[in-house]
Amino acid sequence: MHDRSPSGLHLLHDKDATKNGSSADLPFTVQGMTVAYHHKPVLWGVSYSAPKGCLTAIIGPNGAGKSTFLKAALGLIPKLSGETRVFGDPIEKGLKRIAYVPQRSAVDWDFPATAIDVVLMGLYGQIGWFRWPSRKHRQTALDCLKSVGMQDFADRQIGQLSGGQQQRVFLARALAQDAEVYLMDEPFAGVDAATEKAIVTVLRQLVAEGRTVLVVHHDLETVRDYYSHILLLNGQHVADGPVETTFTSENLQKAYGGRLASTQLDGLSQASGA
Amino acid sequence: MEQFFAALTLSAGYNTALVCIGAALLGAASGAIGVFVLLRKRTLISDAVSHATLPGVALAFIIAQIYFDAGRSLPVLLFGAALSAGIGVLAVDWIKAHTRLTEDAAIGTVLSTFFAVGMVLLTVIQSLSLTGQAGLEGFLLGATSGMLRSEALTIAVAAALVGFAVVLRMKEFSLLCFDEAFAAASGYNVRWLDRTLLLLLLGIVVIGLKTVGLVLIIALAIIPPVAARFWTDRVPVLVAIAAGIGASGSYIGAALSASAPNMPTGGLIVLVLFSFFVVSLLISPVRGILAAALKHYRFQRIVHLRQGLLAIAHEEPVMEPLTRSILRRGGFMGGDGQPTVKGQSEARLIERDQKLWNLYREMHPEESHALADWSLKPIGEVLPADTVNVLEQELCPQFARTDETGNGGTN
Repeated sequence: MHDRSPSGLHLLHDKDATKNGSSADLPFTVQGMTVAYHHKPVLWGVSYSAPKGCLTAIIGPNGAGKSTFLKAALGLIPKLSGETRVFGDPIEKGLKRIAYVPQRSAVDWDFPATAIDVVLMGLYGQIGWFRWPSRKHRQTALDCLKSVGMQDFADRQIGQLSGGQQQRVFLARALAQDAEVYLMDEPFAGVDAATEKAIVTVLRQLVAEGRTVLVVHHDLETVRDYYSHILLLNGQHVADGPVETTFTSENLQKAYGGRLASTQLDGLSQASGA
Repeated sequence: MEQFFAALTLSAGYNTALVCIGAALLGAASGAIGVFVLLRKRTLISDAVSHATLPGVALAFIIAQIYFDAGRSLPVLLFGAALSAGIGVLAVDWIKAHTRLTEDAAIGTVLSTFFAVGMVLLTVIQSLSLTGQAGLEGFLLGATSGMLRSEALTIAVAAALVGFAVVLRMKEFSLLCFDEAFAAASGYNVRWLDRTLLLLLLGIVVIGLKTVGLVLIIALAIIPPVAARFWTDRVPVLVAIAAGIGASGSYIGAALSASAPNMPTGGLIVLVLFSFFVVSLLISPVRGILAAALKHYRFQRIVHLRQGLLAIAHEEPVMEPLTRSILRRGGFMGGDGQPTVKGQSEARLIERDQKLWNLYREMHPEESHALADWSLKPIGEVLPADTVNVLEQELCPQFARTDETGNGGTN
């Protein structure tokens, strides 16, 4: 069957195992997830468990259901089957421990808000209902902007920021959430090289702190440089595991089919990661 | 006129004063909730809500009048209005969820059908010749004349409550309107938040039926935030300004109506609100069209100045009269058409800046095309310091390496 890393998935089939603590170590686990739009299956029976404290790329061809995978796992769109567990808890309980970064194109950037307003949204959960952000919250938000190099743009209206800057603001908002699991939908789409570098630095920092990071990624050329693990999708689960053993030309061929020339595949999978 | 000023200064009698204050509170609350309806891009649904109140009002009147002889009781009529408006919203939601129709199609269908049912019921009421039906017309276009003291008080209190609720939920509503997926992923119940927003809107529509009328009540929720949007780029300020515009527009409209009892109150309020909109559209320094024209004028001058200075840097002749006059006025060019010392040093600065911008366009074409101030402002004011650093290193490697101690970010 599929090449599957020792991710402890088999434990989930045993109901008792979820209670005895072993699955409480698994930061993000999806079991048998199927999603369809208007009777057209986009994801079919996908099971996956994210390796803890690792930086993982979700890759696959266009329409492979990479973004859908994140959205359905988080319960943002309806699924036909499957469940998500966060450290052993059902997703509804686990959302507090997750930070999600949607695609930049998903929002209207003419919204009346400044960069720091958007970052503060990541703290709303902490601030609670009926209360306003305090000086302390503003300072936290500023620190988050600083770690993505955007402190000078805190009071800029978000519509006046460039695409890369907007993406950095989104990342800062996720940092403000101080989560254990980070799920990011194409953070590198349409950003400049400096932003790409800044984002990679932040992602590595998050992983160094023991957090688990999953990133929907498009550019196969950079997979080896940026990530330690991959999840390969093509509507179904193709493979997951460490880059060295999983990012192989056979697996890429399985996911991309004829869409990648075999010479290209060889080049990608044999390129030595710096 | 005298009557108008008397009403405006709350000295045209207790009832009129109460009606005006009630209208002001209604305007403030609907302006506040309207901000989020606008930001959620659901202004159309508010039209469905208001039109869907009519069958409820008519049915409530028939039932109350025939069985309890209480057809003029405002709470009963408003309860009927709220009920049918609620059903209307649920119908729109249901059509949207269970068919492949878009929301606007669903709204158009529900809105017209409910209104048609309401009109048929009004005709039925006329043919039944029930007593007390004269007051029903007021629900279409709004009528404050002859409003009872208790009615005005009910409106004022209910509007204040809705406004208070909006302010309490401001954070969550902002989140919902800006980034629904993020809100849901952060654990907020988005469906429920959406329902709360619609429920508050429904509350305002129902409360405002008597004052503004169902045809125009929606203007009270839409025009104030639209006008306020010209003035600010922050949600809390937007809510405050929209509430202010809604309150003063409704207050002035109600006072006008008190001095001219034959005029429909709703129409007067909307006209006053519209004047606020026009003024905002014209003179707002943030997004108004005069400010935009001024900005364009300045923009043109910046372009000419920059191109003139670049021409000086490249030792090309400056031919265009506008460019020459701008250069001369800035002291960059002498009367003889030759660049001054100041002009030459400024030209060198601009030339370097332009090289960085050109490099940026070369390295990140997609990004730079989306950027508003590309090659108009000094690059350090537009791009983050680290991006500029990369460009500087690319442009002039030796220079950037020796300059490593400085942070390169000159803002």
